[in-house]
Amino acid sequence: MTYPLVGNYGTLGAEEESRRPWVRGFVVREVCARPSHWGGRGDLDAYLRERGVPGLSGVDTRALTRHLRRFGTVRGVLASGEAGAERIAALREQARAWQPGDLVGEVTTREVLELGRGTPHVVLVDYGSKANIARTLLEMGAGVTVVPASWSAEEILALEPDGVLLSNGPGDPRQVRGGAETVRRLLETGLPIFGICLGHQLLGLALGGRTEKMLFGHRGVNHPVMDLRSGRGVITTQNHGYALVADSLDPSTVEVTHANLNDGTVEGLRHRWFPASSVQYHPEACPGPEDSRRLFADFLELCRQRRAGALVAR
Amino acid sequence: MPRRSDLHKVLVIGSGPIIIGQAAEFDYAGTQACQALREEGLEVVLVNSNPATIMTDAEIADRVYIEPLTVEQLESVIAKERPQGILAGLGGQVGLNLAVALADAGVLRRYGVEVLGTPLQGVRQAEDRELFKATMQRIGEPVPESRIVRSLAEGQAFAAAIGLPLIVRPAYTLGGTGGGFAHTEKELEEVLLRGLRHSPIGQCLLERSISGWKEIEYEVMRDGRGNAITVCNMENFDPVGVHTGDSIVVAPSQTLSDRDYQRLRRASLHIIEALGVQGGCNVQLALDPESDAYQVIEVNPRVSRSSALASKATGYPIAKVAAKIAVGLGLDEIRNPVTGSTFAFFEPSLDYVVLKIPRWPFDKFRTADRMLGTQMKATGEVMAIDRTFNGALHKAIRSLDAGLDGCALPGLERRETAELLADLVPGDDRRLFVLCEALRRGIGTTELHRRTRIDPWFLGHLERLVDLERQALQAGGSLLGDLEALRRMKEAGLSDRRLGVLSGQGEDAVRRARLEAGLRPVYKMVDTCAAEFEAATPYFYSCYDQEDEVRPSARPRIVVLGSGPIRIGQGIEFDYGSVHAVWGLREAGYEAVIINNNPETVSTDWSTADRLYFEPLTFEDVMAVVERERPLGVIAQFGGQTAINLTGPLARAGVPILGTSAAGVDAAEDRAVFDALLERLGIPRPSGGSATSLEEARAVAERIGFPVLVRPSYVLGGRAMEICYTPQDLEEYVQSAVLVAQEHPILVDRYLGGREVEVDAVSDGASVLIAGILEHVERAGVHSGDSIAVYPPQHLSAEAVATIERYTLEMARALDVRGLMNVQYVLDPDGAERPGAGVHVLEVNPRSSRTVPFLTKVTGVPLTRVATQVILGTDLRAQGYPSPVNRPPDPGYVAVKMPVFSWSKLHGVDTALGPEMKSTGEVMGVGPTMAAALAKGFASCGLGLPAEGTRALVMVADRDKAEALPLLAKLSELGLRFLATRGTRELLASVGIEAELALKLHEGAPNCLDAIRDGSVGLVVNTLTRGRRAERDGFRVRRVAAELGVPCLTSLDTLAALIMAVADQRQQSGGPPSAWALGEYGRQGGEVR
Repeated sequence: MTYPLVGNYGTLGAEEESRRPWVRGFVVREVCARPSHWGGRGDLDAYLRERGVPGLSGVDTRALTRHLRRFGTVRGVLASGEAGAERIAALREQARAWQPGDLVGEVTTREVLELGRGTPHVVLVDYGSKANIARTLLEMGAGVTVVPASWSAEEILALEPDGVLLSNGPGDPRQVRGGAETVRRLLETGLPIFGICLGHQLLGLALGGRTEKMLFGHRGVNHPVMDLRSGRGVITTQNHGYALVADSLDPSTVEVTHANLNDGTVEGLRHRWFPASSVQYHPEACPGPEDSRRLFADFLELCRQRRAGALVAR
Repeated sequence: MPRRSDLHKVLVIGSGPIIIGQAAEFDYAGTQACQALREEGLEVVLVNSNPATIMTDAEIADRVYIEPLTVEQLESVIAKERPQGILAGLGGQVGLNLAVALADAGVLRRYGVEVLGTPLQGVRQAEDRELFKATMQRIGEPVPESRIVRSLAEGQAFAAAIGLPLIVRPAYTLGGTGGGFAHTEKELEEVLLRGLRHSPIGQCLLERSISGWKEIEYEVMRDGRGNAITVCNMENFDPVGVHTGDSIVVAPSQTLSDRDYQRLRRASLHIIEALGVQGGCNVQLALDPESDAYQVIEVNPRVSRSSALASKATGYPIAKVAAKIAVGLGLDEIRNPVTGSTFAFFEPSLDYVVLKIPRWPFDKFRTADRMLGTQMKATGEVMAIDRTFNGALHKAIRSLDAGLDGCALPGLERRETAELLADLVPGDDRRLFVLCEALRRGIGTTELHRRTRIDPWFLGHLERLVDLERQALQAGGSLLGDLEALRRMKEAGLSDRRLGVLSGQGEDAVRRARLEAGLRPVYKMVDTCAAEFEAATPYFYSCYDQEDEVRPSARPRIVVLGSGPIRIGQGIEFDYGSVHAVWGLREAGYEAVIINNNPETVSTDWSTADRLYFEPLTFEDVMAVVERERPLGVIAQFGGQTAINLTGPLARAGVPILGTSAAGVDAAEDRAVFDALLERLGIPRPSGGSATSLEEARAVAERIGFPVLVRPSYVLGGRAMEICYTPQDLEEYVQSAVLVAQEHPILVDRYLGGREVEVDAVSDGASVLIAGILEHVERAGVHSGDSIAVYPPQHLSAEAVATIERYTLEMARALDVRGLMNVQYVLDPDGAERPGAGVHVLEVNPRSSRTVPFLTKVTGVPLTRVATQVILGTDLRAQGYPSPVNRPPDPGYVAVKMPVFSWSKLHGVDTALGPEMKSTGEVMGVGPTMAAALAKGFASCGLGLPAEGTRALVMVADRDKAEALPLLAKLSELGLRFLATRGTRELLASVGIEAELALKLHEGAPNCLDAIRDGSVGLVVNTLTRGRRAERDGFRVRRVAAELGVPCLTSLDTLAALIMAVADQRQQSGGPPSAWALGEYGRQGGEVR
């Protein structure tokens, strides 16, 4: 964490975004031992202990951030002084050789979750979905069925959705088994599709685009994104290390709708005929600004039209 | 959307004099705005009445008018300049109010001037309580239950309906002037009447009190296209109930969860969208500490003190961006100057803690009501940055320059616990220290939270620091060998001096042990983005962490010490000096490094110097920077007394002091040394001596003769400096007012009630450049900072001028002054015919002074630049000043510097002028004659000129009656009517002037207080009367006048000046006021009357 004081308000049950933390370690400058918040349940240290996540405090995390900025995303080892130089060297070799593997497979839901029975009916493909995506859809009155990332298009279609939401998730989009292929099949049905983060990259891949690894990615709650159609900007939450290559998208079928103000990278796209769109950032916020909540409403509107039979691919 | 091509010339309105609630932040904002507009190729015209600012320098705008901020004056400037647009949102409340008034008067329409930035409609919706409430209700944002009232009866009816306590908030006032809490019926009456009087539209908001909730501020920006961002949010240490300007504030918020943060952020953006804000805006919110509920407190649709703080806290230049938005640019088109590669459309992220502590004037105003509430009382503030909360807290405490080296206030340890706890609510300015003292006595955070509602997170940190202090105390000498403990304590910001006291080892020993152990601070950069992007901001703060980011270049560099927070006696003038010194150094090819801690100022704009260190101005903190930077030397003479006080310790540590040496400073400040020096030079000063008992004091007074000026050499409560006319006065002073003891003698000096004169000069040790001689309107006995000063002098003989020049040169040589010096002289009225014309020296300050910016502007002599070159080794001759004494000839115009006071903010402070300084700011007036200049000055300083038919309440002491009579007769000729106390009435009758009788307070009712209260009195003349009851009555009259904003003069000299100005105005009546830009003085063209 770049902010030096962490855990000030403790852990708040209502703000859990996943069934457990997926980080392998947590590094801070100073951890707050006595958090203060009316809704607080406990302190950060206890939270991490209970969940078996090792934490390290007393680190100059600004220095670490500057290191990452210079050298890009690097592998790291968490160790205490007691480990000894030899052991640390061995761990470093181990970290170097480490392969991410099937990250999405690790984090996706094991079973189908039916959350609410409202309309329209949205199938949320869980590549590592943040809880607030489903929460927001439910708040807006939709019915949500969460399905594992490995599900095929046929399995999804069998649920008779009015739209499909491709969630965020970790890692390299090309490593997601069946990912782009499933999306391509769904696209052809004319179902409204909305992608977020990894879901956005999968939609891009399905539309013939290419992704690349970024130096250190976009991470934080303050990234400016321009809506190229309205000329207005939004401040967004981002957390990704891969991005779609703008040139790889065919402008006759795909419109780039959003761009990062600072580096020009693709932040959103839309298919010119199919009701499919996506954003690289996190409209579900949590943490971060809620400025883009409207995107969920827009998506649900398409789903509603689809349900009413009014949606025809142009 | 590029900038609007239909704009060519823009008028920027400044904020006028420094008063409580409106300090240097608008100089910073206005300077940035002018620079930003000129970057866009616009011609900039500036109007501001405050000469002590950087923004009124000739270099900042194309045309600078130091003129009154009134509708008539602005119309003159607009008629002359014909700008297309006017930018008011950078001039604080004064600027906004003036823009509204200009629109209402039809001036803007008449000259086709457009208001740039937030439209006036939005300003009105935010500022007018009723419109604001309606707007919030329309968009569904919660506001506390409230009612707008225009009379006491309406207020009482509302109180009966919803119950007390209520908050009274007057409409359109600054810093909550006139407002406050009402817990009882009686308080409601008192506060509401005051509030109605202070509101220019006679309107107050009565609001249900939500005191105890968390107070959170958002600094937000929006462009004309609707792009909106949050620059920063801030959390008040003090919950709702204490004005945010009087609160300790942290940035970013520390106890808000992401949901809390986003909820309030969304509300803030929602509000500025509804108001159509184009530029910066401050939104104040209250958050229930026990639920999700929040309330909108108020909105300021302009840059503010908080936006200056947010700019310094984040590195994001709010004022600059606001100015660019006002001329049509979008946030996504304005580059972020910090990174150069990203845009202004982003939200800064912080990786440090910022903490602000207000600087209150209660060290000067010992009788003032120190209680904190809805009305702001601080004159300034300090900011500190660190990686830990306690680190920032400790730095901020040291930055206050209040003689504190840690979170402990001497004297509190002697108070009873029950008393301490009672003092917590409602708290005063000492609350932070009282909390720490309570924690030291083992009172827990739960109990303290229950009493104060301060968040346990903050209290927990205080408890930790008290713990650390206890460890240091217990460790004693062994602390020095315990590197781990020492590191922990330094990380928490404990100073060497505090650790020296706690461990009993002394500061030097702690410092030595620390340095031997290699325990030094590192410096980190403030970069707006928590290191995410490459940044080159030369803006640093210290911390005890691992990596240091400073990369000094190979160029020679010099450190300039700033002046810290704005306080009585050390105002924005010293920031002016620091900034010009920095510019001078850069011009001469040096790297300029500045150390300062005042977030309001231009000097702490990171684009001012080559490197900015936001640090306390103490030996430890300055030495750490010096050791890191290894400069050629340190310049202290521009940073006021704060910086000057460091010359001794720095010199002893081997740091070269550039300019006047530490020895020279000492010689001027040490009374005995200085007396000896004057004796040697044959320069007279008022005779005097010191006394440690009443008998000794009497003896000294008899030797030198009454009246005498007495003051303690050491101030500890009570009155500080006073004029005693009789042995009885002296006896009373010694017995009642001061602690006289062997180690704290009082000083008794002959009081020469003559004319005071001061000089600002540059010396190279051999010759002097005197920019000008300033003559004071008020005779000796009124502090020079509270006097009206006139340039050029109007009453000095050639002999007196020659003597002043000679003395100045001789003292400059004797003290070996290298750089600036300020000399105060008094002319003995009985010595005019003698050689030397009765000129006596009062004091010499070998440093920049309060009057340097004023004199620079009116004479065109760039004092600070010349001084900087002298310090760098270029003597005066080489700079084009070849004589031993160089002084520009007196000009064909007159300029006055007039003090401005903040009486209405300071309950319990006597408004009578005396030897202790009380003013908070100053304005300037310039014209072809002294009378014309005074008229401008009075218009600017807020006193105004009384119109024909004004009723004046006059109460003149017997001592002053003879002198007062001709003045009162003149006032009568000018059409004023009198209301006078018995003696004064008889006096007037003796020359055939009628006056109504005003009863003294003990004589019954209605009396003179009632006369002021009923609004029929437009001027009060009250000179100080001796005697207990008379003193008390006079004080009450002066206070009531202050509370109700009625001009009150306590010096006959000021009255004479006012009469001169009124007479002149009556003669000139008719035409519009003249408008002179800097550089036009003396070139009196057709438009000058």
